[in-house]
Amino acid sequence: MARVQVIAAYPVTPQSPIVEKLARHVAEGSLPAKYMRVESEHSALSCVIGAQLTGVRTGTATSSVGLALMHEVLGVASGCRVPIVMAVVNRALVSPWSLWCDHQDTMAERDSGWLQFYAENAQEVLDLLLMAYRIAEHERVLTPAMVCLDGFFVSHSLQSVTMPDQETVDGFLPAYRAANLYLDPDDPMFINGLVPPEDFTEMRYQQLVGFESALRVIPQVQEEFFSKFGRRYEMVEAYRCEDADVVLVTIGSMSGTAKHVVNKQRDQGIPVGVVKLTTFRPFPVEALRKALGGARVVGVLDRSAGLGAPSAPVCLEVVAAVRDEGVRVIGYVGGLGGRDITETTVESIFRELLEIKDGRRSKPVKPWIDVRADAMTIRPWGGKAS
Amino acid sequence: MSEPPERHTAKLGQTRALLGPVATTFATVHTGNWRTERPEVDYGNCAECGVCSEYCPAGVVEMRKELEECVSIDWYCCKGCGICAEVCPRRCITMISETGYDAE
Repeated sequence: MARVQVIAAYPVTPQSPIVEKLARHVAEGSLPAKYMRVESEHSALSCVIGAQLTGVRTGTATSSVGLALMHEVLGVASGCRVPIVMAVVNRALVSPWSLWCDHQDTMAERDSGWLQFYAENAQEVLDLLLMAYRIAEHERVLTPAMVCLDGFFVSHSLQSVTMPDQETVDGFLPAYRAANLYLDPDDPMFINGLVPPEDFTEMRYQQLVGFESALRVIPQVQEEFFSKFGRRYEMVEAYRCEDADVVLVTIGSMSGTAKHVVNKQRDQGIPVGVVKLTTFRPFPVEALRKALGGARVVGVLDRSAGLGAPSAPVCLEVVAAVRDEGVRVIGYVGGLGGRDITETTVESIFRELLEIKDGRRSKPVKPWIDVRADAMTIRPWGGKAS
Repeated sequence: MSEPPERHTAKLGQTRALLGPVATTFATVHTGNWRTERPEVDYGNCAECGVCSEYCPAGVVEMRKELEECVSIDWYCCKGCGICAEVCPRRCITMISETGYDAE
């Protein structure tokens, strides 16, 4: 629908069905694009950067270790201001070797200079991708974007999706025109040369300006999307937070479960709310503060471990954004490596947050909300000492 | 030294600038200065096959078959890598030291 003309991608679970289907569409002629079979994700992104610089919109997707293999090239896309849009199916990084849902892969790239959006469901994947092209390609943004979707929970679930018609999409997403840097033998540029200390800071600053512009451009694009397609998106969605005593910050598919739990709790008269982060990069500080409203106790559920840090990634940033002495931010980690974030998990978080708010508890029982009690002995070994 | 392409000049004239690491004016660096040895062709043996020209990584060897000394080298850019001497099927190119010391 976005009329990409070059696709270069390498299969990796759980992204593989995406690239397989794209390849089939190209082979059958229903997608008039060139599909480049590459030998690795490192090459995939390199090819896509080169192709986009010639003046075509490109498509690619990856996950987990595939994204990790792209790592050094991610910086080329962002540093050279190439507005690539890439779908990333969230899966844990190794080791332990996992195929399943975890945000470690994209959290590990939060400093890559890419925009990051997280989808709650399949409809959001479609919509966020369309909006991402508009945002990334905006002349004041010119920054590549990742649209993240939870491995298996979103990538492999069958959901009904409202498909827009091509005409409406074309009206929203015009044909791609190369801007800023481009490869044209008749108008040569030397792109991505060595930059001395005299200029490096300034080029990084240009990217900072792009991110700050994105904070203004994203809501504008979302507004236009609503007017054309009828679906409303915000950088931060406040779900039933108006009079909430406590609020849980969520990201990705867990948001749907959390909203369902909010409904159940409110049916019992318990005033809780969910704040869903759709935009993670740039981190929407003002929008988050507004969404949190008057809640004095805020939980954050991270789906990646963030080992060694004071808290996991999303929690760290929420703490930095809130910076309010009156607000207590409690970090939780759960749903790692494909573990389901169940209603029970969310209910126990809300229960603890309410206890903390009421002063009946000073801190969580265990921030790693779904870790098993026998964590240290799950691989028993009966060998002799000598 | 080439002039900046018109499109970029026009952009700069409108006080727009390109973002990111890019160069739009180009110069030819005197890489010939880097040489410590230079190729010398023995025209008694040269078959005018053009292999030296095909393999030169800097593209500084041109076959000028209308000349008796048909291997024409751009000395401004030849870096003296010696690949032409390596690949010549007649072994008629020798690398001669330019520093005054004997080549190892």
